[in-house]
Parts: sequence; structure tokens; C-alpha cells
Amino acid sequence: MPTDTDAPITPANLVKQPGDQTYVSRAITIDRSRDVLYAFWRDPKNLQRLMDNVERIDVVDERRSHWVVKGPAGADIEWDSLIVEDDPGRRIAWRAEEGAQVANRGWVEFRDGPPGRGTEVHALIEYDAPGGVLGRLIAKLFQREPNTQTRRELRRFKQLMETGEITTSEGPRGAGRHEKEEA
Amino acid sequence: MRALTWHGKHDVRVETVDDPKIINPRDLILKVTATAICGSDLHIYDSFIPSMMAGDVLGHEFMGEVVEVGPALRGEGDNAPLKVGDRVVVPFNIACGNCRPCKTGQFSGCDNSIPAEKGDISEVAYGHAVSGIFDYSHMTGGYAGGQAEYVRVPYGDVGPVKVPDGLTDEQVLFLSDIFPTGWMAAENCGIEAGDTIAVWGCGPVGQFAIRSALLQGAAKVIAIDHHANRLAMAKAAGAEVLNYHEVKVREALMELTGGRGPDACIDAVGMEAHGFSPDNIADAAKAAVRLATDRTHALREVIMACRKGGHVSVPGVYGGVTDKFPVGAFMEKGLTMKTGQTHTQKYMKQLLELIQLGQIDPTFVISHRLPLEEAAQGYRLFKDNQDEVTKVVLRP
Ligand SMILES: [Zn+2]
Ligand SMILES: [Zn+2]
Repeated sequence: MPTDTDAPITPANLVKQPGDQTYVSRAITIDRSRDVLYAFWRDPKNLQRLMDNVERIDVVDERRSHWVVKGPAGADIEWDSLIVEDDPGRRIAWRAEEGAQVANRGWVEFRDGPPGRGTEVHALIEYDAPGGVLGRLIAKLFQREPNTQTRRELRRFKQLMETGEITTSEGPRGAGRHEKEEA
Repeated sequence: MRALTWHGKHDVRVETVDDPKIINPRDLILKVTATAICGSDLHIYDSFIPSMMAGDVLGHEFMGEVVEVGPALRGEGDNAPLKVGDRVVVPFNIACGNCRPCKTGQFSGCDNSIPAEKGDISEVAYGHAVSGIFDYSHMTGGYAGGQAEYVRVPYGDVGPVKVPDGLTDEQVLFLSDIFPTGWMAAENCGIEAGDTIAVWGCGPVGQFAIRSALLQGAAKVIAIDHHANRLAMAKAAGAEVLNYHEVKVREALMELTGGRGPDACIDAVGMEAHGFSPDNIADAAKAAVRLATDRTHALREVIMACRKGGHVSVPGVYGGVTDKFPVGAFMEKGLTMKTGQTHTQKYMKQLLELIQLGQIDPTFVISHRLPLEEAAQGYRLFKDNQDEVTKVVLRP
């Protein structure tokens, strides 16, 4: 992954590269103002509620945060994330700092929808895992389902912003064959 | 608590499970006082519904007493629309009240009521994630249902409607699903004075569609089925009836409408499927395929019979795809089709008033009453005798 450049990634200039890179581009419309959505996303601590597998996000300073993610086989994956663009109410871009096990970068943009239709949130995330056995496991975690993960994160973002809750169906169950695969 | 759970084909059991708990701030816990078996529950019973998990608590038609409310529902004023002790009836589908579909009255299109991790199947199958429904598989959220002593109701400030004193459980229970569903099916006909409405299928939803069409001003309703008992029930409501085992439906309809065809047609055949089966995307069972064929047949018949420029109303019957859709007749006759899961929340209060005014008594549809402990027997009874059994009410 070309972490040596901070050139903006846009859906238009994306071409699926050979190798391990995975790009996820996704949009959702949320019935809240750009400023409210930006403010939530700007604080990395908030993002933990939206994400699966995230063990911990520590804010280091204004632009840096340290991420700990549950990795395969019980091994945590950690990296430092750096905000490289910050346009209040409009756009946040970040990238993992040099040496991250899972190189990743991305941006989120908040754009006005048609009048009265809320804010369009556009996200683009790019992952790149290392080689080797661990790399393949990480790739499995980060790359096979990155679309699913991003989709779910944005759905949770919308739920939390619009309803004040993250929707769950957790509840009582009978003694069943729980191993039966769901969704 | 005691609850009816699903374990596989024709295997439902009343067993002891954990009590539900308040999880989110807007949750409430209901002590169920009455719950009904829906025709769509039979599709679960027959194992036609994919993404069920053994142990799922069944039931999406229920009512009861509020016994606990989440922190966001405590306090006074607008934040406390319901209190502990209130008696409420709960819509089968879950809606947040905050998203744009909810704010514009399209509650069954709620963006937020499906848990994020459960929305993937329908997003792939339909292009968009569907909304949450109590019980009814993990495709619609995997929520524990209300055929139980207690049930957790998410977004408790949006769905449940308070029941005035003086009305019995049985009078209001069907506000949870089949009455609003029949009402919306009739509303989707765009009924004008003098209109004739034909209703295919006289199950519980068809019955409420018939009565709703008359209440909405239809001059004539023609009901089509083959179960003698269900046809008699339709006749009692004031419908003219056609037994499709005895007459050719299209010819009879033309005769009854002076050759024009019905102004609007409702396809309520096998209606209680809530749109996910048996013609289901993920279900290739032979029996399901046979049923799916029958159903598409009804839709074809509806489109062929409907007058030029008329309305075709399809309550949430279909879940899969069909290659038998008569698109030519649909286009050449300039028909309008309206469909969708019921926006239950939009109709409940209005229909509650009709019940209070005595304009309709929904208890007509009840044929059997059983304690919750005998729920499994209720399912068997319903499955084996669909002429006699129209609606089973269970009491925890
Ligand atoms: Zn139902
Ligand atoms: Zn909603």
C-alpha cells in the first residue's frame, strides 16, 4: 500500500490493484447536521461503539490515537493512527503511521443532502496487510469482510446519531442448537 | 419465564428461558396478557423461513402490561408517553420514529430498527436492509417474540399504543398486525364511491381487508377463497363470495362487474407470510416451490381481472422473485400496484377509535383460545385445519 504518499483517494481514481489492498467505499444518509456528525467522528473514542473487534482506542494527542484490535488467534493488532486532514464539519482523513501491522488509511466526508434530507456521509477506507501466515489471518479479518464491517459501522453510526441508541435484538432464547449459523 | 420456542420443523416447545432485560434507554418490558398465532407463524412452523435459529422465541402479535421502562422513558411529559402499569398493544414491526421513513409515516421502512449485523442478508437480497420485526427470523432482526410471559420492546416510545379502559384484550389485540394490514391493503386500493373491490384469500388479513374496504366506502366487495368457513365469515361482513373450486373466478368477476372488472384487487392469498416465504429467496424446498407457484397464480389472476386503470394491492406477501409476472397486462391496462409491509404505527390509533366507536369488532376472527402452555397444540391445530381455525389466541 502506498503509504509514502498522502495523495487523496477518491472513488473515481480507485483501480483495484493486484496484491493485498482492499478499498471500501460506502455512503449513508443521516438525519443530523454535518457539524454534529463531524464532532462525533472527530473524537476517536466515540468510534469504538460503532466497531466490531476494537478492543481499545487511546487518544494520544489532538491528531494521534492508538488502536488495539482483536486479532486472529487471540493476538492483538495495534497501530497508531494519525489525522492528516481535518476540515471541521466537512472532512476527516487519517492514515496509520509507518510500521503498522495493518497499513490503513481513509477519509470520511460530510456533505449536505438535498434540502431536508439530512447529511450524506461518505467513507473510503483502504487496508493493506503484511505477507506470511499472520498476514493471511489478518487479511482474513480486515480484508475479506471489510465491506461488511464498514457497512455495519455506518449503520450503527446512523442509529446512534438518529435514535440515541445502537439497535440490538439481544434477548432470551430457548435451549437450542446455538451453533446453527446465523446471518 | 415461560416462552414458546422454535426448534425445527413442526417442533415448537414451551420452555423456561431467561427473562428479557432492558438493554437500551428506550426499551420497555411488557408482561404479555394476550398473544395470537399468525398464519405466518405457520410458515416458521413448517420450516419455510430461512435464518431461524433453534431456540428463537416466537410471536409477533401480542399485547400486555408495561412492567419496566428504560431510562430514556422515565420522567414526566413527552419523554414518558408510557408508564409502568399501562396496558398497551404492540405493533409487529419495530420502528425508531427518528429516521426519515418513520418521520414520513413509512414505519415499515424504518432504517434503524434492524441490528446492524442482521441487515446484511436483506441488503444483498433486496438492495436495502429491511426493518426489524418481532420473532420472524434473523433476517428481520432476530428479536425474541411475544408468545411468552414477558417481552422486550425496543423503541418503546414509538410503537406501543395505550389501550383505553373498557376494551378487552381480544378487542384490541389485532391492532398489532392483521387489522392494520387489512386496512392498509384496502387503503392501497384508492377506493372511490361506487368502487367494487375483489379480495383474493379470506384468511385473517383478507377478512380485515374486506371489512376495511367496506368501511372505506367500497360499494361492493367480492371475496374469493375455497374454505367454506372463511367464505361464510366474509359473507357475514357483507361481501359477495366466490368459491374458486366451484366457479371460474375471472368469468364470475366480469359478470359481477358488468364486464368492467373490479376497480381494485387485493392479493391476500397466503397473506400471513409477511413477505419472506414460501416463495423465498433462500428456500428451495419442493413444497415451498409448489406454494410459490400457487401464489404467483393468484397475482396473475389479480392482474388479469383488474379493470383498466385500476389498482392492485399486494400486502406483504412476497419475498422472492417470480418469472411469471404478467408485465404486459400490467402495462397495457395501466394498472397501479401498491405493496409493502404494513406501516402499523400509522394506523393503530385511528383503528382503535373505530373499535371504540363500535364500527368493527375484531373478535369475529377468533376461533380458538388456549393457554400459552398449550401453544404447541395450537400450532398443530392451526396447521391441520385451516378452514375451521382462523385465529388462535394464547394466554400466558
Ligand atoms: Zn401476523
Ligand atoms: Zn425509523
